[in-house]
Amino acid sequence: MAIRERLSGNEAVAIAMRQINPDVMPAFPITPSTEIPQYFSAFVANGQVDTEFIPVESEHSAMSAAVGASAAGARVLTATSSCGMALMWEELYVAASNRLPIALALVNRALSGPININADHSDSMGARDSGWIQIYSENNQEAYDNFVQAFRIAENEKVLLPIMICQDGFITSHAVENISLLEDDVVKNFVGEYQPKHYLLDDKSMAVGAYATPGFYMEAKKAQAEAMKNAKQVILDVAKEFKAISGREYGLFETYQLEDAECAIVIINSAAGTAKDAVDRLRAQGKKVGLLKIRVFRPFPAEEMAEALKHCKAIAVMDRSEGFNSQGGPVCAEVKSALYGCEEKPLIVNYIYGLGGRDVRVENIEEVYAALEEIVAKGKVEDDYRYLSLRD
Amino acid sequence: MSERVTEKYTDQSRWQDLTVACDIYLPGTSAEFRTGDWRTDMPIWDAEKCKQCLLCTPACPDSSIPVTEGKRLDFDYDHCKGCGICAQVCPFGAITMVKEEK
Repeated sequence: MAIRERLSGNEAVAIAMRQINPDVMPAFPITPSTEIPQYFSAFVANGQVDTEFIPVESEHSAMSAAVGASAAGARVLTATSSCGMALMWEELYVAASNRLPIALALVNRALSGPININADHSDSMGARDSGWIQIYSENNQEAYDNFVQAFRIAENEKVLLPIMICQDGFITSHAVENISLLEDDVVKNFVGEYQPKHYLLDDKSMAVGAYATPGFYMEAKKAQAEAMKNAKQVILDVAKEFKAISGREYGLFETYQLEDAECAIVIINSAAGTAKDAVDRLRAQGKKVGLLKIRVFRPFPAEEMAEALKHCKAIAVMDRSEGFNSQGGPVCAEVKSALYGCEEKPLIVNYIYGLGGRDVRVENIEEVYAALEEIVAKGKVEDDYRYLSLRD
Repeated sequence: MSERVTEKYTDQSRWQDLTVACDIYLPGTSAEFRTGDWRTDMPIWDAEKCKQCLLCTPACPDSSIPVTEGKRLDFDYDHCKGCGICAQVCPFGAITMVKEEK
């Protein structure tokens, strides 16, 4: 029996962590993810989990401890945001290249500066090429569901990569919404016992993180890249099993009124909910609009997305972080490259939106659809790199 | 050692044949790597002058002065980097540094 609750995104993820009952959680507090280790340390203090909780002195140490514990054979998770993840930077790569299936609850927040504690994706987008699997969540339910699925994906022998489950700071992490939780034993059975094939605390000798000369480094990177490719099918397989226990369906992305849409937007995380409202309003006016919400950003589902979007006349790719490459945000660059191979492809415009927690309202998204209509009417995109809700 | 890691995994191995993350599942494998070939200067041990005081052995940063039954042997040139610390600490002038001919 599912459990009806009302929880914030942070509480929901902390409960998923309790149900997973990991071996080790090293963590350091940072807004807006602080509540996750805070709730979890209460579970530790109350004896509700068997976890070794390590209150480390920094995020650099949090990810270092996670790497060490994971190499030792433990199931490890942690949580962070923004500058916290920036301080983990070096170890993010170490975790991925040492093929350690660590799970990270990332509560998306803007990077400094100007100093800002609110939602945007500059933290996780900056780490998009660190070799971590990245899964994004529209709301508290998805943050919970994605976290429950995380270890099954990361620990799969064909994958063995760390995974970050992202949700928007405050908008998702602190807003309390209805949620359906799974029972503890259902999650426990779903996640299963972690049985690494090789680990440091095994009786046999093992060295982790050895130096690789130029004669080996490229082969190691190729193996890592293949593991990331393998993750795509594993994510789908795990989602199928998850549907069997929850009734909730997940794919690489979600489409909303996209099948016959002429104008569509591509979006990630919480603003997708707002955008769906805009789609409903415009559909009620008879406009053929739709959206695609990316769930899995790493590995990037390029072929599947191209197939889902190629029939559109114009699409707006929404980026909640700057790329500073002077031609658009990171999501747009990925979507453009995914569509490059299609013979017939939509006109593409990029919108930078919601930076540093800038409010995104249904009316703002309606403006984007109006702009798409104009692009379709003109048959071309003038200025394909725009800012939404900017004073100029 | 029954299995030498440097023989099983070489720079001719395909990426599919390497271990996950290039992890190593054998102990003490660093001894297999002949790091001594970085050397430009090499120490020469004069057994006649050596009093077997063993001051040189703990001074070596790389365990390249093997000791058996309380007596030092000749240098382990597979791993000696030629730093010259042993020559500095020897009170009897039994170790001299020379340019190594390659």
